[in-house]
Amino acid sequence: MNILEANNLVKTYTQRSGSFGFGSTLVKALNDVSISLKSGSTLAVVGESGSGKSTLARCLLQLQPLDSGDVIFGGQNLAKLDSASLRTARRELQMVFQDPFASLNPRMKVGEIVAEGLLIHGLGSKEEQQEKTLAMLKRVGLTADDMQKYPHQFSGGQRQRIGIARALVLQPKVVVCDEPVSALDVSIQAQILILLKELQTELALSYIFISHDLRVVRHIADEIVVMHQGKIVEKGLVHEVYVKPQHEYTKNLLSAIPGQSQTAAL
Amino acid sequence: MNTEILTVKNLTVTPKNTPNRYLVNNANFQLSAGKTTCIVGESGSGKSLTALSVMGLLSTQLQASGSILFNNQEITTLSNKALQGIRGKQIGMIFQEPMTSLNPVLTVGYQIGEPLTTHLNLKGQALKEKIASLLTQVGIPADRANSYPDELSGGQRQRVMIAMSIACEPALLIADEPTTALDVTVQAQVLKLLNELKTRMNMAMLFITHDFGVVADIADDVVVMFRGEIVESGNVKDVLENPQHPYTKALLACVPDAAGLKPLKPIDYAWLSDTKLSDTKLSDIKLSEKAA
Repeated sequence: MNILEANNLVKTYTQRSGSFGFGSTLVKALNDVSISLKSGSTLAVVGESGSGKSTLARCLLQLQPLDSGDVIFGGQNLAKLDSASLRTARRELQMVFQDPFASLNPRMKVGEIVAEGLLIHGLGSKEEQQEKTLAMLKRVGLTADDMQKYPHQFSGGQRQRIGIARALVLQPKVVVCDEPVSALDVSIQAQILILLKELQTELALSYIFISHDLRVVRHIADEIVVMHQGKIVEKGLVHEVYVKPQHEYTKNLLSAIPGQSQTAAL
Repeated sequence: MNTEILTVKNLTVTPKNTPNRYLVNNANFQLSAGKTTCIVGESGSGKSLTALSVMGLLSTQLQASGSILFNNQEITTLSNKALQGIRGKQIGMIFQEPMTSLNPVLTVGYQIGEPLTTHLNLKGQALKEKIASLLTQVGIPADRANSYPDELSGGQRQRVMIAMSIACEPALLIADEPTTALDVTVQAQVLKLLNELKTRMNMAMLFITHDFGVVADIADDVVVMFRGEIVESGNVKDVLENPQHPYTKALLACVPDAAGLKPLKPIDYAWLSDTKLSDTKLSDIKLSEKAA
């Protein structure tokens, strides 16, 4: 069963061009993109910079308006909702961002950051909110003391844990992860990937996992779509696409993964 | 043929105000002509500080001790002026982010020409021809010499950086995470280019990276750093296939493989600090001995 479907998404940006930017050209960041996410699974969206993968993430949550296309989630078309209903719908559709340094408000305590969603959605009494916040922070590997600290007091990996707690405390069904581990060291990356997988099983989450790193995707995803210049050039099950890529671009991408000469060693 | 270009002995870097805090602790390694040595480690392991020490570009807040021999010349005691005569001429440098390393208001041709004018006193037509030939060597059409950095793609900018760094045919090329900001297909091209240039010009290359995949592709020798110390070093195949130090083993277990066959194992730092680093320290083994 599909928990989220996006049909024929189109998003166009105007880019200034020519001398002094007087001219303008249209860039199709999303050119008729359709994806579907199966309940409880992870769909990876891979591509290089400028392929439109982050635009896709933002357009799924309606953080950016679409030119056309439908995003079907929880029986509603998110693209057609007014902002109040959209806010309600987003409780179950959360996002984890790439840069844990930029995505947490430096002036808020960690407890406030994680509890803010509960506050906005009016879920439970103040005590219940505190309890939920603490439980979630503990689940992602932080402590009660950490609630009183500010984001700058944490390392990159811990900040990403805070970002995950912030998204998951609302008990979403779908989490869109936009390059959640690309800013992290490889050892921290492994911790976060394992945490995301554990949480997926425990909380029956479905992930859309945006990444440029095909090695990471191989580990976390069930299905994959490959984007190139705003279009999906290939989609399928991860193990099939990696073993038998059909599209020329996918083949290039896979052969460019570093370290394949000594894969056995790694 | 195993000509030593660079010998780093007992290199230690500490902050000036807290001299008992070792950011790089007693690092020893050697680089030979025509060989690439990768320094690999996580953030804060001291890999970039090691490279900066070799270039003499450490922050004034830090102090380095130990010996760095470049072409049998001690460079730690050289004056700034003497160092400037070496940097850019005999030691080329490439950094991670090509947009911040290039000057946005000068054409790339001018910037590639700068070291040629400064060090080799090239002018006029000879300079123009050399710039054109350098651009061609790194795979950029020669007429792009009149372009500004923002008119080029990320990969092209890094190629321009490479053209600048090899302009005076250095004996040593230091590359600090040169492909980290690039897309994977572009990264593959840039690695290939660097490898070709290294072989053709018989340069020694000191390549800083955090990516073991890149190490496997480009390195002859590898130096693994952890918390300021070299925990393991040696021939790349030996280290990757048969790591000796527990940290190297643990770090390799974190690297996702493209085939997806290996389960990921995060590092247990508590366990690591229990196993004493010094017990298994291999840093005194000379790279060239192991490689030979």
